[in-house]
Amino acid sequence: MNIGDTSQGAAACLAVEGEMTIYRAAELKPVLLDVVLTHAAPTLDLASVTEFDSAGAQLLLVARREAIRLGKRLELRGASPAVRDAFALLGLSPEGESA
Amino acid sequence: MSIAIDQVTVTFIAESRELLEQMETALLAVARDGQDAVNAIFRAAHTIKGSAGMFGLDTVVEFTHVAESVLDKVRDGDVDVTDELVALLLACRDHIGTLVDAVESGTLDGNDDLAAAGAPLVAALQAYLLAPVPAQEPAARAPAATEAEADDGHWHISLRFGRDVLRNGMDPLSFIRYLGQLGTITGIATLADDLPDADTFDPESCYLGFEIGFAGSADKATIDGVFDFVREDCQIRILPPENRIAEYVAWLDELPEQRERLGQMLVRCGSVTAHELELALAAQAAAAAPAQPIGEILVGQGAVRAPVVEAALAKQRQAPEARAQHENRSVRVDADKLDRLINLVGELMIAGASANLVARRAQNAELLECTSTLSGLVEEVRDSALQLRMVKIGATFNRFQRVVHDVARELGKDIRLDVSGEDTELDKTVVERIGDPLTHLVRNAMDHGIEPAEVRAARGKPAQGTVALNAFHDSGSIVIEVSDDGGGLKRERILAKAVERGLVEAGRSLTDKEIFNLIFEPGFSTAEQVTNLSGRGVGMDVVKRNILALRGSVDIASTEGVGTTVTVRLPLTLAIINGFQVGVGRSVFVIPMDMVEECIEFRELPCCDWVDLRGQPLPFVRLRERFAVAGSAARRQSIVVVRYGGRKAGLVVDSLLGEFQTVIKPLGKVFAGARFLSGSSILGNGEVALILDMAALLAGVETESQAAAA
Repeated sequence: MNIGDTSQGAAACLAVEGEMTIYRAAELKPVLLDVVLTHAAPTLDLASVTEFDSAGAQLLLVARREAIRLGKRLELRGASPAVRDAFALLGLSPEGESA
Repeated sequence: MSIAIDQVTVTFIAESRELLEQMETALLAVARDGQDAVNAIFRAAHTIKGSAGMFGLDTVVEFTHVAESVLDKVRDGDVDVTDELVALLLACRDHIGTLVDAVESGTLDGNDDLAAAGAPLVAALQAYLLAPVPAQEPAARAPAATEAEADDGHWHISLRFGRDVLRNGMDPLSFIRYLGQLGTITGIATLADDLPDADTFDPESCYLGFEIGFAGSADKATIDGVFDFVREDCQIRILPPENRIAEYVAWLDELPEQRERLGQMLVRCGSVTAHELELALAAQAAAAAPAQPIGEILVGQGAVRAPVVEAALAKQRQAPEARAQHENRSVRVDADKLDRLINLVGELMIAGASANLVARRAQNAELLECTSTLSGLVEEVRDSALQLRMVKIGATFNRFQRVVHDVARELGKDIRLDVSGEDTELDKTVVERIGDPLTHLVRNAMDHGIEPAEVRAARGKPAQGTVALNAFHDSGSIVIEVSDDGGGLKRERILAKAVERGLVEAGRSLTDKEIFNLIFEPGFSTAEQVTNLSGRGVGMDVVKRNILALRGSVDIASTEGVGTTVTVRLPLTLAIINGFQVGVGRSVFVIPMDMVEECIEFRELPCCDWVDLRGQPLPFVRLRERFAVAGSAARRQSIVVVRYGGRKAGLVVDSLLGEFQTVIKPLGKVFAGARFLSGSSILGNGEVALILDMAALLAGVETESQAAAA
């Protein structure tokens, strides 16, 4: 249940650990948006996400859209099985909103 | 959030239990109702499986799935409904019930005992699945086959989840996952168009929508059932496989602003090919110059379906819809909350009574007016509050269908249960506690009452025995009758046994009623089972004790060779009664109002323990003597004539105080041994009044009354 910030210069990588679900949605929203807002090349590492639900998916979609609005690109680096499973189920890809 | 999820689980448990009850009722009625009952059983099993799947209760899903598969075969006519199958399915129903209980107690996971208990059932079910399809009735199977074919196809499901779905503890993902278990999801598109700006985005609201292509043999009701739990929060549209282009076009027309985008999505989900869509849209555009009504295309919906399939689907859809409406009109409330409300109403009444008293003493007309309006309202509040706790006895009665079914099998007798008066209402607390005594009575009637088939035949009775349950209201009580058309009680043998046990003196003449009531005596049944002798008498004393504890009474009537009827009389509620207050010396006693017939002046006949009531002898009890109240009797005494269970008697009192609402407070343990008292109450002035236990008081009078009448 950590949010590890391994930022190095302009390229910031935020590693979300633990659940990415409705239980933590309220907590994660400002964190994710902050990454998008403050870094030029925001990156999320989802390799340690243990649980991922619709609320988590929504958060990613919002963060990505916010990045696009700011003329940035949100990179996703690494995806845990939980994330991959949900992405596959929802027909999402790590790149675009809908592949 | 965890609270919300707990609540959802509670709902799941409650609903599962309801469904299991429906399943049981349907199972027991399957011989009579045929296909309707089979459909109901299937639906119940299916819904339980569905909701269990949503909660990830794999154990429940796996087990229910096997049962459902067998039921599916039954539905298609591949497996005949035999007694053995019904018994097996009843056992499965019980096992699902146990699993649900385990969910409630949190002991479901890794419970080897449960798995061991389920295994033989699963094996027995598998036998039905593997059984070769009976060769007979090929004609009947043919339509079933076409039905399956017609339903196997590409569905398109459009979902728009409501904002609160996540907050209510449900995850859209799990619905889609569960849908995936019913068939194959051929394609899915996630709609995030409703997602607001980052600033206004509420991370706990749901903004998602999905377009799903789905292939599987499930029918519409089944697919629809997946979304039972979110139906209210969600826009769902399920487009069936046939005629789909026209429907898609119609649907696209309904949402013109998103038309192009949705069209693309349909293509992406594999629901239509791009070519098909283009053709259809073009054709419609060409034909639609004078605005071809969309409705027409919509009417086309289902028109191509075989009428058989349509009828079957309509039937399946009806039930959930009716239930949904019903659910909207009722609210589940914690029983504890209701109890608290009733308690508060009780306190309110006591406070109201004391305000009334003060007002009367103050002689302030305005205040009196106010308090009288107030007490009227309080009374209404009390009635509605009590009404909240009233439940129909039907549910309790219906449970006995199962008891009768099982016990009849066990005994090898053919017995049927007749139920009447199911709509009679009584307090929930009474209902909860009447189950055991009733079960005992019903089992007794079946075991000892109903004769073996040969004996019945010899007596010219129908081979099938009947046990009947009946309920009705009678002067403030509810009366429940358990009757059978069996051999009846054998008077002489009971008497002989009672004499042997030392319960009655030999040579004393007793009425039939007294003799029959002997079987409720503790000494009568414990020593040895009387089964072989008198016909019944196992644990009847326990039944009587339980009923007395509910302030009720029990009576028995029987005719040898014709049958027996046990009559249980219970108060409607355990909390508040309309009481008639009487004074003896400085003490106040309360007589339940429903039992008071009239009040007359007491004119003592010399050396008699009865008075003349319009030519009828009326036995009486002097409360002053009974309770050893100090002081001499008032100059003018009155008699309150009470009726209880068909008997009449008089109570001699000093003064009549009138009718008051009485909140029953249980007597403390210290008074547990006090006879003739059933409870206490607090008066408006803070004093305590004792509530008389009519059953006990009048029991003593009865013998005297008969002596007097003779």
